[in-house]
Amino acid sequence: MIVRIMGEGQVRLADGHLTELNKLDDVLLTEVQNGDGPAFRQTLQALLAKVRELGEPLPDDSLEPSELILPSPDATLEEVRDLLSDDGLIPG
Amino acid sequence: MDAGPVLWVLLQSLELESVRRGRAKPMSGVMKRMGMIFRAKANKALDRAEDPRETLDYSYQKQLELLQKVRRGVADVATSRKRLELQLNQLQSQSSKLEDQGRKALALGREDLAREALSRRAALQQQVTDLETQHTTLQGEEEKLTLAAQRLQAKVDAFRTKKETIKATYTAAQAQTRIGEAFSGISEEMGDVGLAIQRAEDKTQQLQARAGAIDELLASGALDDPTGMAKDDIQAELERLSGGTDVELELQRMKAELAGGTSAQQQAIEGGTDKAQPQQPQDTPRFDKQ
Repeated sequence: MIVRIMGEGQVRLADGHLTELNKLDDVLLTEVQNGDGPAFRQTLQALLAKVRELGEPLPDDSLEPSELILPSPDATLEEVRDLLSDDGLIPG
Repeated sequence: MDAGPVLWVLLQSLELESVRRGRAKPMSGVMKRMGMIFRAKANKALDRAEDPRETLDYSYQKQLELLQKVRRGVADVATSRKRLELQLNQLQSQSSKLEDQGRKALALGREDLAREALSRRAALQQQVTDLETQHTTLQGEEEKLTLAAQRLQAKVDAFRTKKETIKATYTAAQAQTRIGEAFSGISEEMGDVGLAIQRAEDKTQQLQARAGAIDELLASGALDDPTGMAKDDIQAELERLSGGTDVELELQRMKAELAGGTSAQQQAIEGGTDKAQPQQPQDTPRFDKQ
């Protein structure tokens, strides 16, 4: 499974880690929906740390699409909410 | 742009339905939804093309444009960073000038003037601290964009190779799947890089507005004189004071010379003039009044 960290690049993760990541990911979405800024930041950092720790970076010239995409480490809750609610924000 | 809200509603309804049925939520996380949104975007672009092979050239063109844009972005951020560095230097030299003035004022026994110089310096230091934070931000952006440009360049090169292979080897029907694979990978990268560029532009614009304000302050000399009084009044006062001191010192030196010459002469002069004169040294205010 390939995961993208926006602004950083892609990593490959063993599928076995999915359950673990999903838990954090579910929490993250709830926090985005509740507008809980501090909790959002904490969970996002935890999720990013996990992905970086468990994942193997993909080479720069890889053209494989990602299954999961994580916001960049400095993304604000509002930015993530916008990304989720309107894909018009994604250029191209 | 167009499918956004629709997709969102779709996701919401999916979630609601799954909740109603008591099943696991299909799109319950941020990274899952984001992955889906990026894929939907790529698929939509691909679906628009009659012959998917046309998409390859069109996309490649877009990729080159984006690459140009990222490189311009890196250059813009670097320019802003250099401008900040220039300002920081100016502010810092202004700050050490004020510190020197404070020290000099104190040596001349003018604590009030020293206090004024140091409080102006404190205000400047605040500006310096702000600019240093901005400088760190810009450095971070520059680094990120540079890496983004490198990644995109590698992917664009890989895409070009793949594009030529696909065009040469496959029929339109066969090409479909191959193109889909290459296309969604690069399209995702372009979306990511495009956003990074937007964010960097926003940040530099904010910083440029502030940098412009500081440039104006520096140009107007207002930073030399935040109180709005005469231009660098501290310096003027210091020069006046130390000018007086120099004259005094010179006088003392001359007197000492005369005194050291011949004691008879010395006595003659002293006898004929002021008896209090030998106690005079260092008593600046008395001299000022005379």
